[in-house]
Amino acid sequence: MAAAAFYDLDGTLCRTNLVHAFAYNARNQQGILRSITRTLSTVVSVPAFMAADFFDRRLFNDIFFRRYKGESEDRLRYLAEELFENVIKPAIYPGAYQLIEKSRQLGLRQVLVTGAIDFTAIPLARHLGIDDMVTNHLEFVDGKATGRLLPPVMAAATKASWMRIYAEKEGLNLSECYSYSDSMSDLPMLSVVGHPTAVNPDFRLKNTALQHDWPILDLR
Amino acid sequence: MSKRETKALRGPTPRHKEGDEVVYIDNDSAPRLIFSGEDILCEDLPVGTRVVYGKPPIEGLNNPGAAIRYALNHPLDADPLYAQLAPGMRVTIAIDDISLPLPPMRTPDIRQTILEILLEQLDANGVDDIHLVIANCLHRFMTEAEMKRMVGKKIFDAFYPDRYYNHDAEDPDGMVHLGKTALGETVNINRRAVESDLVIYVNITLVPMDGGHKSVAVGLCDYETVKVHHDPDTIAACDSMMDPPRSMLSTKIARQGAIVDQHMKVFHIETALNNRMFGSATDFLGRNEDEFSEFDRLKYEAMRFGLSKLPTAAKRKIFQNIPAEYELIACYAGKTDPVHDRIIAKLNDQYMVSLKGQSDIVIFPIPYVSPYNINSILNPILVQVMAMGYFHSFYRGKPVVRKGGAVILCHPCYDEFDHKFHPSYIEFFNRLLPETRDAHKLQHKYQDEFAHNPSYIEMYRRGNAYHGAHPFFMWHWGQGGRNHVGKVIVAGAQNAHVPARMGWDRAESLTEAISQARSFVGPSASITLMKWPPILMADVE
Repeated sequence: MAAAAFYDLDGTLCRTNLVHAFAYNARNQQGILRSITRTLSTVVSVPAFMAADFFDRRLFNDIFFRRYKGESEDRLRYLAEELFENVIKPAIYPGAYQLIEKSRQLGLRQVLVTGAIDFTAIPLARHLGIDDMVTNHLEFVDGKATGRLLPPVMAAATKASWMRIYAEKEGLNLSECYSYSDSMSDLPMLSVVGHPTAVNPDFRLKNTALQHDWPILDLR
Repeated sequence: MSKRETKALRGPTPRHKEGDEVVYIDNDSAPRLIFSGEDILCEDLPVGTRVVYGKPPIEGLNNPGAAIRYALNHPLDADPLYAQLAPGMRVTIAIDDISLPLPPMRTPDIRQTILEILLEQLDANGVDDIHLVIANCLHRFMTEAEMKRMVGKKIFDAFYPDRYYNHDAEDPDGMVHLGKTALGETVNINRRAVESDLVIYVNITLVPMDGGHKSVAVGLCDYETVKVHHDPDTIAACDSMMDPPRSMLSTKIARQGAIVDQHMKVFHIETALNNRMFGSATDFLGRNEDEFSEFDRLKYEAMRFGLSKLPTAAKRKIFQNIPAEYELIACYAGKTDPVHDRIIAKLNDQYMVSLKGQSDIVIFPIPYVSPYNINSILNPILVQVMAMGYFHSFYRGKPVVRKGGAVILCHPCYDEFDHKFHPSYIEFFNRLLPETRDAHKLQHKYQDEFAHNPSYIEMYRRGNAYHGAHPFFMWHWGQGGRNHVGKVIVAGAQNAHVPARMGWDRAESLTEAISQARSFVGPSASITLMKWPPILMADVE
């Protein structure tokens, strides 16, 4: 039976996260005053983002993606390639390439399961040779972001649900699949496969991995 | 006349001994000190038990530097090293990893002493393209601190990290396929070594299984090369692994070594150390307890009291930080085979103890250390390899225990693993062993899966983890012992599930274990205690 390797993105394969992507957009607004205002506002909000993420990933998503409200879809998509080349690509961990390559040699399908927004994840997935992916999608009305995500929102248990459905649809045996993540919020995603690995784990995930005897990998 | 006879009768009872190394327990014999992990048991053994001690250390060479220089200038079946050097040539010096010697020796490590002399000669002959490669094969990468300790600060600062590094058996660009033996056995070797004009191997042969062709053909190879002989059938065909002429392992490695010699120019430097594992503070641990002085007893009591107050982790830390006092007793250089033969002869002088006959029951004390857990935990798989792999194989002629006899292990068998060093061992123990202990089934069903697991590969390459396939090799290593021994009983195991998973019985104490063993092999069973450490080998008639 076929199997796959499921990867979280931010903090797992590269050291950037959602805030980096947003900050890049904020910095590249049309008009210098708008850029400065947006950047300062983002910097000031970072502690709130961190607190929200520590408490609950869904709460973080609610607060964080509201900041995209009013952004033009065209502009976000236009900036995505630049964002990848200037910010994301240099931040890919060197070990990520080798991990994916070894995994591919095993005949595993390479699947990205990320809470990042589609237009930031697509260039990276293409670069890493990812076969399939699921991301979050911003809601746009009349070409402007509403600050909400289209359901299902990829975070925590939703990732695991998506993986189960995906595996069933694609005829994959989850017991033979691999999963990689850096964050405690991805515990369901790690728990659902036969070969979970904590990658560059935060403190809580590291302790959990030790308790579950999961491999702990440092790609940095 | 009659007075003299009376005096003789009142004197100390003459011990039943066969030489200084083999002692039989009598009615008034002292209790024996037996390693059990990080503890030292003090046990009364049944009368008639044969206790086998290691030989006293052979006196170390007075001037190791001179012996090394002599070996380099008077090599066996090869030109002197200086005659093989030319300005501008590319040289790779491969060195044994931290698994040798055991435990790590006090500084300066003998490798440092050899390297200092070697690098001086290379420099004097205009050779500056030099890499130092640790021949760790699929063992864990050594840490920076361990690498520094092994070669000394001066060499470390000059070569690390660009020219002093661990061999990476999973580097896709770092291996070269040299060919296959006549029997189709693959030989892939480290690219830097293959592409060098000269490979100098600096070797410590701690036991007869080490050294020789194993140094390059195993130390610098990859999974495909090593799995050829690290398999249950090869190990089962050894009689024993520690007796090279009767070892299938050595035979297969020699075949691969011949391919290495066809493609590479190897200058082999091999050393033998004595068995001075303990310093003056703890040397009583290797001696006959009947001959202890009051001071020895005092030292033991102090050690026992101290250890009883400490948690296992602290005891482990203390033991791991006591370096061995090894001394160089021989150094030869030149072509691999003649060098190795001389060193093996020297090791046999140090280790081989003659024994008359096998025993029905043999007691193996399992200490805190093995080649695979330096600065780490002796997990259950490693307890197994020490008992069924190494200790069972420390013989020439016949195993110490008779076919179908009982082996008693002294170890707490704690269910502890090092997540950093032994991640694949954890999965092996918890996922595979509950399904089967059959080495062939494990090999065919799971070994490749573990070997190619991307997480384990990256943990090997980027961290300090043993390769994913390593726990399988450790399991295969015990195949000879498993085939030979009828029952294994763990004395003092602190839980029931670890011995059960390994297929062993458990006993609360050594006395209870001996009773259980007797009920298995018979009430008049003969018993032998092999007093490891230090290392000793039995030459069984």
